Amino acid sequence: MTAREIAGKVVDFDDEGFLSNPDDWNEEIAKVLAGEVGIDSLTDRHWKVIEFCRADFQARGEPPTLRRITKTGGVPTKELYSLFPKGPAKKVARIAGLGKPTGCI
Amino acid sequence: MTAENGDRKLAIICSKGTIDMAYPGMVLANAALMEGIDVTMFFTFWGLDIVNKKKMTHLKATPLGNPSMGMPNLVSVLPGMTDLASAMMKKEIEKLDFPPVDEFLEMISDAGGKMYGCKMSMDMMKLTKDDLFDGVDGVIGAMEFMEMSEGAQVIFV
Repeated sequence: MTAREIAGKVVDFDDEGFLSNPDDWNEEIAKVLAGEVGIDSLTDRHWKVIEFCRADFQARGEPPTLRRITKTGGVPTKELYSLFPKGPAKKVARIAGLGKPTGCI
Repeated sequence: MTAENGDRKLAIICSKGTIDMAYPGMVLANAALMEGIDVTMFFTFWGLDIVNKKKMTHLKATPLGNPSMGMPNLVSVLPGMTDLASAMMKKEIEKLDFPPVDEFLEMISDAGGKMYGCKMSMDMMKLTKDDLFDGVDGVIGAMEFMEMSEGAQVIFV
């Protein structure tokens, strides 16, 4: 675990760069994390995905699978891959301040 | 971390058409895409059933000669046993929130996975590109597959 300053706040990250505590997350942190994985600006559609993931995590205690984001969150697969290109599963979880996703789908 | 995957490429050869051989290839392809890895799937011999529009939603699993499924062969030969085992397996797959074959291929295609039918197998089975799932990108020979999979890690299912 490493603590670092991000968006004016010192927070803990795990060894793979995911926020250790989802409660430390805020929108400013999300913007910086997005920039770190190559997404320079977060659009309404990005936020829709991020907010769904945060809410789903609150309700179920684990980051949603991509299948859940498409099926329940209502963002089609194609769009999800264009919003978060090259590896959407981890990018979404990282930006949403959740742990590394473990689902296989 | 995703960014480290850079130009990683995966090629998956699907050569069998039973449910239990179709899913591993699709699950791995989808997992690779979710991870930012470039994916090419090559369907050959019975693996073509996975992308055959007429067959893809009716794939079966048979307990006959498969000790892992725990049904004695003498029972497995009875009429209806393959259908029963197939229905049970499909139900279990659905419970885990994995989609049926057609929807799964759609997902893989939407996620940018490339799919190809094997020319020789298709000639042998008298199939044309029109018989295959719309997301299939083309029909190619083994040598073209070799070119395409240059530098890729290859998985044979």
